[in-house]
Parts: sequence; structure tokens; C-alpha cells
Amino acid sequence: MNAINIDYLGEKFNQLQSSNPENIISNIRKEGFNTFNKAGLPGFKNEEWKYTKISTLFNKEYHLSSERNSEIKLADVDAVRLPGFKNADELVFANGKFVPELSTIRSLENQLIVLPLEEAAKGIYKELVEAHLDKSSRFINDGIHALNTSFIYGGVFIYVNKNQVLDRPVYLYHISDARENHTLSQPRSLVFVDKSAKLQLVESYTTIGSMDSFTNEVIEIVVDTNAIVEYYKIQNDVITASQVGTTHIRQIGKSYVHAFTVSLNGGMIRNNTDIIMEAAGNEAHMYGLYLLKGRTHVDNHTLVDNTQPNCFSNEFYKGVIDDYATGVFSGKIFVRPDAQKTNAYQSNKNILLSDTATVNTKPQLEIFADDVKCSHGCTVGQLDEEALYYLRTRGIGKEHAQSMLLQAFASDIVEQIKVEALRNHVEELITERLSVN
Amino acid sequence: MLLSIKNIHASIEGKQILKGINLDIQPGEVHAIMGPNGGGKSTLASVLAGREEYEVTEGSVEFDGKDMLELSPEDRAREGLFLAFQYPVEIPGVSTTNFIKTAVNEKRKYHGQEPIDAVSFLKMMKQKIELVEIDKSLLSRSINEGFSGGEKKRNEIFQMAMLEPKLAILDETDSGLDIDALRIVANGVNKLRTPERGIIVITHYQRLLDYLQPDFVHVLVNGRIVKSGTKELALELEEKGYDFIKDEISLTAAL
Repeated sequence: MNAINIDYLGEKFNQLQSSNPENIISNIRKEGFNTFNKAGLPGFKNEEWKYTKISTLFNKEYHLSSERNSEIKLADVDAVRLPGFKNADELVFANGKFVPELSTIRSLENQLIVLPLEEAAKGIYKELVEAHLDKSSRFINDGIHALNTSFIYGGVFIYVNKNQVLDRPVYLYHISDARENHTLSQPRSLVFVDKSAKLQLVESYTTIGSMDSFTNEVIEIVVDTNAIVEYYKIQNDVITASQVGTTHIRQIGKSYVHAFTVSLNGGMIRNNTDIIMEAAGNEAHMYGLYLLKGRTHVDNHTLVDNTQPNCFSNEFYKGVIDDYATGVFSGKIFVRPDAQKTNAYQSNKNILLSDTATVNTKPQLEIFADDVKCSHGCTVGQLDEEALYYLRTRGIGKEHAQSMLLQAFASDIVEQIKVEALRNHVEELITERLSVN
Repeated sequence: MLLSIKNIHASIEGKQILKGINLDIQPGEVHAIMGPNGGGKSTLASVLAGREEYEVTEGSVEFDGKDMLELSPEDRAREGLFLAFQYPVEIPGVSTTNFIKTAVNEKRKYHGQEPIDAVSFLKMMKQKIELVEIDKSLLSRSINEGFSGGEKKRNEIFQMAMLEPKLAILDETDSGLDIDALRIVANGVNKLRTPERGIIVITHYQRLLDYLQPDFVHVLVNGRIVKSGTKELALELEEKGYDFIKDEISLTAAL
């Protein structure tokens, strides 16, 4: 387990438990810490973590802030706001803790409720929190997930009221302060989208300072009948910023989910994107785009768990990998015995731009029902030489032609961003990344 | 002299395809290159366009006073060479209009000119669309994606019109076209004939040449031009097939 300081974490855990005594959350934390102590950090022998050696990040001491106080100021937030923010609800997390004072809720209270998780666990949303917080631990029992659970404090509860189709997206800004210390941030969020409601949720990550930051995030999203959820994750942080992010989406009623992950910069990144189909007739779409350079490592682990009949899911991930960067795609689809008439599709396409770039792609289908349609496919290749030659014979320079082809490769994924301001923003980032001067 | 090919030998993967081609083209001339499959017609087009898989082992090509073999494919295009592909490539995700605009501007940049402004570009597009009778809606789509065979060929001629080359090579532009599509494509090419522009037409068949009326016809067999003549040679080939030339060659060889 390398240099991870168990004594330090144990001390922090005990402090947290004693200052926040017995309630729903402290019991969950306790279970989490037990699991963490037993499991430890996922090692090389854990098949799910084979390519993403997260324990190598723990060869240094991280400062784990257990309080809401931080040095993050409004000016820091101003520097990270995403385009379209004036028409968005903005939630700020500093070192993993939700900071209401820095956040701006523009939606009305009958539409959207945003509360500190502890507060929600006491008031009228107690039952929802009790019923849904930490359901992800049933699916993910590794130590890194348990580490987040051990320290659930300062998280957020987001509730979209019945029939409320929010006309503005909710932006979550995660800011890690790594100016003084290596920082471990562990944001925890529970989102409940009630019947016939619609939510667009966007997450982005920024590290301030030159020390290392490690974000170990868990967000659980519960989608009720006829609700629509769009989820966007934008990873464009510094090379010293690493992350394990779990997005655990449960569709508890017949509903629609559209999840999108774009990874452009960072250190070691692991994204767990889970869709649990708990009701018949669910529909989910998952898109991912990773453009990697330097030594960035991005691992997209997806899970679609079909437990009920007539569900549809489609996954489409694309990557362009340059320099010494590495990409991983692992797509697991379960079709349980009752999940007849499941349609589940999966595709992962990669372009390697250098001899030292790597991608590992692994589809995994486990099917226990007999009347299903499932498919998967993956490709790893170089740029299309014929297309490159064609463009060059028209007078377009080689590098420019390459850039055009890569942008074209990425374009059908980027089109899946339905929040216009965000789509334009990501398009600009990609154009900037891929263009030549 | 627009183009002067001298004793070109070229090979791919160690296999010799061109075995000493000589050809001179003056501005305004249309040259047809005919010949049986595997004779080297498309190889000649690829060598001229700069396809990197082909290795030129001997000979020289001078294009408008420049050593063409020294230039990259893009620089050849910027100097005024255009190749209409036998099999135009489909490129999903790149809009045809943006692609052509980029190509026009890269050429302008090479010649030290400012990028074309939006109004002039649209005007130019409109004019060339009418000239080559291409369906406007194709141009907002990705390059050749889902185009029919005829639409792809028409798109090649449209690109030629937009890029205004000094020398155009049409590599089997007639293949896979029905009579109507052939007529439209041939009319487009005829409208692009100018006293300055040279055109090389590579074809198997007489019917495209009926429309284009070439100044010269060359027969390429086994990596060499074995016979050159005027347009009447094409008619003779149509009538007698390539065998009569092959007979002539073996006769000459025997002598």
C-alpha cells in the first residue's frame, strides 16, 4: 500500500466521527472505513485496476481537509466558470467540500433544491437520503471507493422537483487548492431527479497551485419515472491533477439518461460510469472522448447493468492518443435473467498518433437472458492514409490535413453535447488542441 | 512547356511499373492516355501527384519550369496540379465546403495572397456550381460521404473548377458513369478548357473522348508509351482493340 498514511487517515476518520455523531451518514462512513481497512487501495492484481495503478499516486502525503473552510475565494471561482454560467446554477466545491457561500442558485426553490448533504439527511429529504445514499457500494467494493465513503462530509444533495424541466444546466466546479500541500479532495454528491423532471448536470475540475492534487469523487444520481438526465464531465486540469471519479446512475423508473465524458488533460484519471437499469424500458446513452498527450493516463470503465426487460443502452467512446499517453476502455454489460429484450450496444474507436502511445480496450458482456440484442466493437488504428493523401493532393498541408481528420473523428462525439454553450466551449478546446499554427 | 516527363521509371514495393515514359504537354493541350489494365496508367497519375508509396527510380518531371519530383503532394497542388481520383475518398466529418475553402486558401497562402473573403468565395462557388452542374446540397455534406459514383466524379470536377489548376489529370473519370452522368461530367471538363490549361485524360473508352476531342492520344502498355497519335488513334483502338498494338509491338521487336 506504499506510503499511504493509514494512521493519518484513521485519526482524521475518528475526528470526523466524534464531531459528527450517530446519524445515517456516520453509519455509512463507518462501514466505508471498515471496507477500506480490509480492501486497501486497489493493487496491480485487481483485474479492474490492472492498467490504472492508482496506488502509485499514494507515494506522497496528501492533506485531507475535513472542514469546509478553505482558501478558495470568489476570484478563484470567477477564473473557472464555464461559458453559459450566467444561465446556470453554479455549485462550488473547494477541496471536495460544497461551499454554499461561493455557489449561485438561479433556479427557483420549487424547481431545484440544493442542500449540504448533512442537512438533507436530517430534514424532509431524510427518507430519500436514507434510501439512496451509498447504493453504489453494492456495486463497487474496492478500497478507493470505500475511502470516499469513509469521509462523506460536506457533500451536496441536489433534488429536482416533480415535473420540473430545468431550463438551465447545473454546473459543479471542483476546485482543489494545491498551493501549500498535496491535496486529497473527496467530493460526494447525491442527486435525485423526481418523476417527469429534467436535469442537465455538468462537472469540471481545476487545481490551483503546483503541488499534486488527487480527487476521489463519487456522485450518485437517481432518476425516477419519465425523468431525463444529461450528465457532462469535462476533464481539462493540469498534469499534476489525478482523479478517480465514479458516476453511479440508477434509473429507478422508466427514464432517459445521456452521459458524456471528455478528457483532455490531467495526470492519472479513472472514470467509472455506471448505469443501473432498475426499471423496465429504460434508455441510456454514454459518450466519451479522450484526446491525450504527454503522459496523461485516462481509464474509462463503464457498466450497464440490465436487471429489467426492454432496456436500451448505447455506448460510444473515441480516443486520440499521442506521445507517451495511455488510454483504457473497459465496457461491462450485464444482462440479468429477467432482462429479456435488452438492446445493448458498445463501440470504442482509437487513433494512436505515436509509437509510444498505448490503448487497452476491453468489452465485457455477461448475458444471462436469451432474448437480447447486444453488440460491441473496438478499433485501434492510425489516421486514414488514403484520406490524408486525398486532402494533400488538394494543396492542404500534411499537418493541417491530419488536424482536419482528427477533428472530424472527434466531431460526432462532440455533437452529443446538448448544452450549446458547453458544446461550443469543448469544440474550441478541441480545435485548439488539434490545430497547427 | 507546361509538363515535361523524361524517361520516368517508377516502382512500388520493388515492382517496376513504369519503364521509361516520355511525354511533353503544352498549355491548352488535351492528351488522352489509353491502354490495357495493368499497363501503368494510374501509376503515372499517382507518380505525378506525388503518392509516397511509389518510388521514382529514374528520370525527371518538370512542371512549369520546376522540378516536380522534389515537391510534396500539397506543393504540387499549390503549383497548379490537380488529380481527379478514380476512386474519390469518403471523409466523414469534414464538410465539402470547408474543405474546398481550406484548399483554396492554402494555395493562396503559398502564393503570398490573403485568404479569400467570404463574399468572394460564395460568389465563386455559385459560379462554378452552375458551370459543372453539381447539386448544391452535396457541398454541405461531408466529403463524398454517401455520394453516388456519379456524384463523386462530379465533385472531383467541381474541385478542379474551384482550384483552377494549370494541369489537370483525370484518372478514369468516366468509369462507373451512366450515359447521362458521363455527358454532364464531360461538359464540365470542356467548360474548364482554356488556352493555358493542360489536361491529361486517362481512360479505357472512346466515349469520353468523343466529348472531349483530345489533341493527342497515347497508348500505354507495360510501362511504356508504345504509340502516340491524334484522336483518330483512339477510334482505331476502339475498333480493333489493344491487340493490334500489341501485335505491332511484337512485330517491331521481332525486327
